[in-house]
Amino acid sequence: MNDKKETAAAADGTALPPLGEAKPVVINTRAKAPVRKQANRRKFIRSTFMIGGVLGLAMLGYLPVASARNSRLRPPGALEEKDFLSSCIKCGQCVQVCPVAAIKLDDIDHGFGVGVPYIDARDQACDFSCDAVQCILACPTGSLTYIKPAALNIRAGMPLAQPPVLKAKEDDPEPTLNLRERIGVARLARPESCLAVQGKGFSGQARGADFRGHLRYVSIDRWQPVPVREHPYERELCDLCVTECPIKDAIQMIESVAADGSKQYRPEVLEQCVGCGVCEMICPVEPAAAIIVDPRQPWSAS
Amino acid sequence: MSQFEQIRVMFGAAPQKPTVVTAEAKQVHSLKRMTKADFEAIKQHARDHELVTHKWRNRRWAVLIFANLLFTFSFWLDIQILEGALTASRFVGFHLIDLNSALQVMLAHKHIIVNLFIGTATVFVLWALLGGRSFCSWICPYHLLAEWFEWLHLKLVSRKLVSEHEFHRGTRTVFWVIFALLAAVSGYTVFETISPTGILSRALIYGPSLALGWVLLLLVFEVVYSRRAWCRYVCPIGLTYGIVGAISPVRVEYRLDKCFHEGDCRKVCLVPHVLDVVIKGRAADMTTPIGPDCTRCGLCVDVCPSGALVFDVKGLSKLL
Repeated sequence: MNDKKETAAAADGTALPPLGEAKPVVINTRAKAPVRKQANRRKFIRSTFMIGGVLGLAMLGYLPVASARNSRLRPPGALEEKDFLSSCIKCGQCVQVCPVAAIKLDDIDHGFGVGVPYIDARDQACDFSCDAVQCILACPTGSLTYIKPAALNIRAGMPLAQPPVLKAKEDDPEPTLNLRERIGVARLARPESCLAVQGKGFSGQARGADFRGHLRYVSIDRWQPVPVREHPYERELCDLCVTECPIKDAIQMIESVAADGSKQYRPEVLEQCVGCGVCEMICPVEPAAAIIVDPRQPWSAS
Repeated sequence: MSQFEQIRVMFGAAPQKPTVVTAEAKQVHSLKRMTKADFEAIKQHARDHELVTHKWRNRRWAVLIFANLLFTFSFWLDIQILEGALTASRFVGFHLIDLNSALQVMLAHKHIIVNLFIGTATVFVLWALLGGRSFCSWICPYHLLAEWFEWLHLKLVSRKLVSEHEFHRGTRTVFWVIFALLAAVSGYTVFETISPTGILSRALIYGPSLALGWVLLLLVFEVVYSRRAWCRYVCPIGLTYGIVGAISPVRVEYRLDKCFHEGDCRKVCLVPHVLDVVIKGRAADMTTPIGPDCTRCGLCVDVCPSGALVFDVKGLSKLL
């Protein structure tokens, strides 16, 4: 309707002043057609620019994806990053079922990754409090899955050698987690700051009084994770990453004797590490943890 | 308009004058012409006795707000009735998956698991029954925001502070095809990145995000440049549900004998091309079902002073 008005107004402007009684009609019918055509052309150009603009902005979402050097730590059972981004429907059902609220959704600064779940292990790691990997069960599209479809590749070093045994249900008839691949692997990134390496102990709240993270302590309540700050530690040699690891045989403390005869300690990550990030969360060294999880890293025996 | 013609119009074609008009409709058309003074008199009578109502709008807003808050409170209060977001959710355990999001994921990922299929099929049947684009006006949170900002846009236009710019309606079909191709070729659900429906739904459930800035930008664009531009010319979700709605029994029906052709309905309508039939002389029959691009929002039903537009369920009205 608006176009008609525009056309009529333009026609009035371009039409010559009437000379006789019959002429204006003739002039008007002649002038109208090109003007309407022009209005249509303008509408077409405007529409083309709009399509270009919206698509351009949408494609900007590729930049953060392409430039991401270290990918996010994704929830357990996540497909490879590319497949994960294509299959995730961005509904957040995994966020809703997580008993320790470890899963968060990315924002639009992550481009195509907007609304896609990730775990910030330092803030709140996945401690498998749910036993069954609820986020995998909740996922409607198979972005998080126990068993990958056959067509998708499995990188070397990603599958776990044996089904991971959950320490919390070690005495159950079925003690394993139904997880086939790791989501990352832990690494002692800053040995110089590691308390065990320095031969130091630890006493107090692992992450201070303000830390909001939760952890399941089977000795307190198998089904109810409690805030880490409410569970102070007293260790002669700091070994929190080893004792709090929810997976059996995923990390151990190595003891060695130095040249001067003194005992040396060092946490060693083992092949059963699934990359959950509990060691990174619990590490009492501030601000950066001595041990961290490298997301999507395969296991390499070195 | 034949159903085929209505679908063509939804994809962006301009509505055409009917070629075949029933004898009854022809008679009504000519009667309206012949008795002009009488026609004006009944029109005035209808105007004078008009009931100003927002019945359908209020019902719709209530449903929209309730549905979106049900998502929010299912998470916040952990009542677990409707878990997830608009893109995908579970209603007391049953999977529901938004058709356009499902399409994007299926094209990008090229692997469909059982839950994805079940959720998509359920939602397909649901909206095929409930009117297709009724998703837009009765559920989509962006629709409600855009409706409020549209009011501001119309105010500014009437004061000549901004001018209205139309785009070609075919752009939405172009977007639909491009976003489908982009998903299939790039393997990323590109549209989901900028979908204000998904962004708003997630923000309502999981808290505010930077992405809301994009939604605000869209609203500002609609206020200062083009009325309801996103819903009218861009959103592929609307077209997806429109296609589903083509087979839906729930629609608005036009009744020629009650119409005075004043055009109020076309002024309030998000998709006025579906109301081409109300223009004097355009109706091919005594009753015409409004096309699939109609969002079943009911604004025209509310605004019509003479009851020429009513909600209708195909088959049901004959049954009753």
